[in-house]
Amino acid sequence: MSTQAEHSSTNRRDFLFVATGAVGAVGAAAVVWPLINQLNPDASTLALASIQYDVGPIAEGQSVTIMWRGLPVFVRHRTAAEITEAQAVPLSDLKDPETDEARTKPGHEQWLIMIANCTHLGCIPVGEAGDFDGWFCPCHGSHYDSAGRIRRGPAPKNLVVPPYEFLSDTLVQIG
Amino acid sequence: MSEHSTYVPGNAVEKWLDDRLPVVRFAKEHLMDFPTPKNLNYWWTFGAILVMCLGVQIVTGIILAMHYTPNVAMAFDSVEHIRRDVNGGRIIQATHAVGASMFFIALYIHMFRGLFYGSYKAPREILWILGVVIFLLTTATAFMGYILPWGQMSFWGATVISNIFTAIPVVGENIKQLVLGGFAVGNPTLNRFFSLHYLLPFIIAAVVALHIWALHVPGNNNPVGVEVKDSRDTVPFHPYYTMKDLYGMVLFMIPFAWFVFFAPDILGHPDNYIMANAQVTPAHIVPEWYLLPFYTILRAIDFNVLFIDSKLGGVIAMGGAMLMLLIVPWLDTSKVRSGVFRPMFKWFFALFAINFVGLMYLGAQPAEGIYTVLAKVCTGYYFLYFLVILPVLSRIETPKPLPTSISESVLGKTAHA
Repeated sequence: MSTQAEHSSTNRRDFLFVATGAVGAVGAAAVVWPLINQLNPDASTLALASIQYDVGPIAEGQSVTIMWRGLPVFVRHRTAAEITEAQAVPLSDLKDPETDEARTKPGHEQWLIMIANCTHLGCIPVGEAGDFDGWFCPCHGSHYDSAGRIRRGPAPKNLVVPPYEFLSDTLVQIG
Repeated sequence: MSEHSTYVPGNAVEKWLDDRLPVVRFAKEHLMDFPTPKNLNYWWTFGAILVMCLGVQIVTGIILAMHYTPNVAMAFDSVEHIRRDVNGGRIIQATHAVGASMFFIALYIHMFRGLFYGSYKAPREILWILGVVIFLLTTATAFMGYILPWGQMSFWGATVISNIFTAIPVVGENIKQLVLGGFAVGNPTLNRFFSLHYLLPFIIAAVVALHIWALHVPGNNNPVGVEVKDSRDTVPFHPYYTMKDLYGMVLFMIPFAWFVFFAPDILGHPDNYIMANAQVTPAHIVPEWYLLPFYTILRAIDFNVLFIDSKLGGVIAMGGAMLMLLIVPWLDTSKVRSGVFRPMFKWFFALFAINFVGLMYLGAQPAEGIYTVLAKVCTGYYFLYFLVILPVLSRIETPKPLPTSISESVLGKTAHA
């Protein structure tokens, strides 16, 4: 090794020092990660991520609340008037623009399936209430229409439609 | 501050110990001989009262944990079991629940005392910041403790507060799931909150030790805000302030005991005596009274600011309202510490205190009509006070003449009387 290298400001020892520190930091992070990751939803919670539900017994104009992944889910059998009303709303009136068709399945427009937590801070809105013939959240005053879309109040988004499909005419799989 | 040490080991055993671990010397210097300004008023006893409150919560909490079950199916019943079946459980549970409220009463008084007498100013910035850290930790501890009885307010309070995380762009939902351990508040949430609720008080106790350390470097501020100049300005902590603090504690215990014995549930909410139900939200979700001012600030932002939507805006405002306390030492640059000698400041401070009570009142009201307007006004003044009024007053205000020393101010008072 030349004398020049020995006298330069960074030398072999500095490199080894930094490299050792970097490996140590990566090792420490690798140890810490599982300690944090254990906080994430566990296997038993994730195992409940898909359910099947028969909507057949729900009469027109009736709503039920079922549980999916620990979250309440509204299943509403909408009346013809509600469907017409929801489809007639121009997108320009909406805070979170989304058509009624995009929130239902083709051929099953009477079924509205949505997670029942207000998109503001998670309270459960009251059905058939509010100024838009849909839902009203009593906590902070958000109004949703008959397609579950936010119309007025602090909530930023429409009520969330979970991923679901109709396995038969009345059997729904959510998740 | 070993220069104040007058400790002389009394016998061979004390001498032996002092050479190895000088705990007796340390206690004598810091708990007995510590030179303390002789003019401290009763507002200064709340520091000791808070140490007592933390002790009460830790002792009663450890006992409650011996009888409590952190499981969604059993938690609610186990609290009722404590209240009905456990020997003395009715009083111990009530002391813990009421104790949380009493803790916050003392905490707010202690903080407002610091704000009025300028106790956050140099050289006590670190002391103040550690105090704010204790406040934030205590808030988190109290919030998690309120989940444990697993009543309706426990569940929905946790739901509303954890949904605050979803306001964070992009990663908000993932952070919420990480915190809750599921897609909604559930058994994993209850378990981890119980674990952390047991841990945090000991962290608080450690920060309290740092807080007192930071206090014992510059020594106490005092009601006139003039630094100690010589030994005539001080008295030893013991017996003068041990006795005064003890008397303050006794007075504080009177309303404490009244609540515990005669109205243990009056500070709580009736809905929390209904077991948690994920399908029904109570008509009015109200946090515990001590969180109401900040809850009002969260709700007051119901409008979008540029690209920040109302939800994120509310969260930023609430977080900002708490974190702003950390920079108060640099917002108020007035050289005069005590509000007593600041003719303009004292009025703005009085309005700030009233405004804070107003925020507390509004947090318990429904978010509609005149209440939303008042919430915006009060939120506005809260921020105005710290960000505009304190810095501007520091420049334009002419303070009254200060006494030359603590000793002079005390003797002057006697002469008038």
